[in-house]
Amino acid sequence: MASKRLGKQTVKLQNPPSITSTASIVGPKEGKGPLRLFFDNIIEDEMWGEKSWEKAESKLIRETFSKILQKAGKTSQEINYVISGDLLNQCIAANFGLRESDVPFFGVYGACSTIAESMSIGAMLVDGGFADDVVCITSSHFCSAEKQFRYPLELGTQRPPAAQWTVTGSGGVLLSGKGPGPYITHITTGKIVDMGIKDANNMGAAMAPAAVDTIVTHFKDTGFTPESYDLILTGDLGAIGKEICIELVKEQGFNIANIYNDCGVMIFDREKQDTHAGGSGCGCAATVFAGFVYKKLMDGTLKNVLFIATGALLSPVSTQQGESIPSIAHAISITTSLNQ
Amino acid sequence: MDNTIMTYVSAFIVGGVICAVGQILIDKTKLTSARILVLFVSAGAVLTALGVYQKLVEIGGAGATIPLTGFGYNLVTGTFKEVDKLGVLGAFTGGVKAAAAGIAAAIFFGYLMSVAFTPKAKR
Amino acid sequence: MQKTMTNKEYQSYVEKMTPNSKTGRNVLRAFLVGGLICVVGQFISNVLKMKGYGQEQVSSIVSLIMIFLGALLTGLNIYDDLGRYAGAGSIVPITGFANSIVSPAMEFKSEGYVMGVGARMFVIAGPVLVYGISTSIVAGIIYFLLKQ
Repeated sequence: MASKRLGKQTVKLQNPPSITSTASIVGPKEGKGPLRLFFDNIIEDEMWGEKSWEKAESKLIRETFSKILQKAGKTSQEINYVISGDLLNQCIAANFGLRESDVPFFGVYGACSTIAESMSIGAMLVDGGFADDVVCITSSHFCSAEKQFRYPLELGTQRPPAAQWTVTGSGGVLLSGKGPGPYITHITTGKIVDMGIKDANNMGAAMAPAAVDTIVTHFKDTGFTPESYDLILTGDLGAIGKEICIELVKEQGFNIANIYNDCGVMIFDREKQDTHAGGSGCGCAATVFAGFVYKKLMDGTLKNVLFIATGALLSPVSTQQGESIPSIAHAISITTSLNQ
Repeated sequence: MDNTIMTYVSAFIVGGVICAVGQILIDKTKLTSARILVLFVSAGAVLTALGVYQKLVEIGGAGATIPLTGFGYNLVTGTFKEVDKLGVLGAFTGGVKAAAAGIAAAIFFGYLMSVAFTPKAKR
Repeated sequence: MQKTMTNKEYQSYVEKMTPNSKTGRNVLRAFLVGGLICVVGQFISNVLKMKGYGQEQVSSIVSLIMIFLGALLTGLNIYDDLGRYAGAGSIVPITGFANSIVSPAMEFKSEGYVMGVGARMFVIAGPVLVYGISTSIVAGIIYFLLKQ
């Protein structure tokens, strides 16, 4: 068996990379939410001076990428890889956003799990001695996502209670071989899980089984328990998916209720902002991690975090063909101190 | 005078009920709004063909013609008129003829408004 | 995954866990707003009749005006808020038909006036025309045959 593998789906990194810098830029709605003080920038309107939503989303990635480098005091010449993706067809937000980056580029599609997927691959590249510095970045945009997946903005429709609100925002991290932490120590890569949920307005319920599968497998592969962590954080299961996740993980013998939260639930004020089940989108997990979680890791409030971003791998075509929603969840284990 | 007020009351009630039925479909079934629109226009057409919808129009006036069921009613009454005049050719010409104003308006004003305005993000 | 539930069991579990819409409140709102929009149509119709227009003309002119209003309110960014509040009360009236045409037309402007605005205008309303007109043609043919 390959030397760094643990159990079925996990790898243990022998040269844990440091998360040396992060950045997050969000839209106005997120900028009014409970985590507004943790983001680097809040843009005034969703168009941000561009001619289309898609161009605005590219700008979000471009500017967030610059900010990550600026905060780390690095130039793009010093970055070995950038790993990125987004929700749009052919990932045009990432492709056009990073067009001028001049950095070797890996495009990935994990839907809303993209940040964890790119961080997983980036961490393996660093740990394997293939890179010194890797940027992992993603974005989502409410308007471009609605246009592609759902309805035109001006259409008078009602959103059901389980619906989620795509976050407008870009978040990313710089992973470095040398650094003072926080460190990525373990990666549990998810399998595609589909329990037959067809309702694209209830993504949380569609994705929860994937999150449960990855979380439980992580514990079984590593021997960790919920007590090993201060925070277990999923990307965008939303209020309903969160409850389902807690219950189903408990059924498998692990009680995470006290230390568990979800980025989709955290990023908006459910009542005041009318976001129904909560936030979603690649940018949801990415901005909450890059903004809130990273700050808490750096100031010592959080020491051990299990970060699981979840993605729904559907398309408008698959939904129209009557398909259900296959989902995936990638977990990353982060610690501030390697001596534990 | 009383007659006029009655027209408003009946329009309000009949129109409101038809929309309420639509709302029940939205909340209780997984039907998307596009499918509900198709259902309503077809239902209006079928009920008109069966001779039922005309009574609703008599009672409710605009309450029966403004909802999309009324568009179906418009199409079928136009069709029947043309079939009376032209035979089977009327089956093809009658509906579109009756709905001509609505279709042309939809296309033209749709184009105009899209040129004049840009969509705004929801808050 | 050690599946503790089958897919069917999971789907029923999700049904239980998912909150329902507040149907009562929604139906009332749809009733009120839908009713009001019809009253507006009735008002225009009454005014035109008083001015001596015939029934067919009145019907066409009322359609025209209601569609214009729906289109304008969509452009002014008002109709989507109305839709959020009233649901079917704004979708079912003919103003909703206009809204379903103007909203994608506006949205896809960035893709140009031919393939964007022109092509996408009927992405939601198209089925209404297809099924409405087809049903009326079938009805017309049956009517013709029954008359023989």
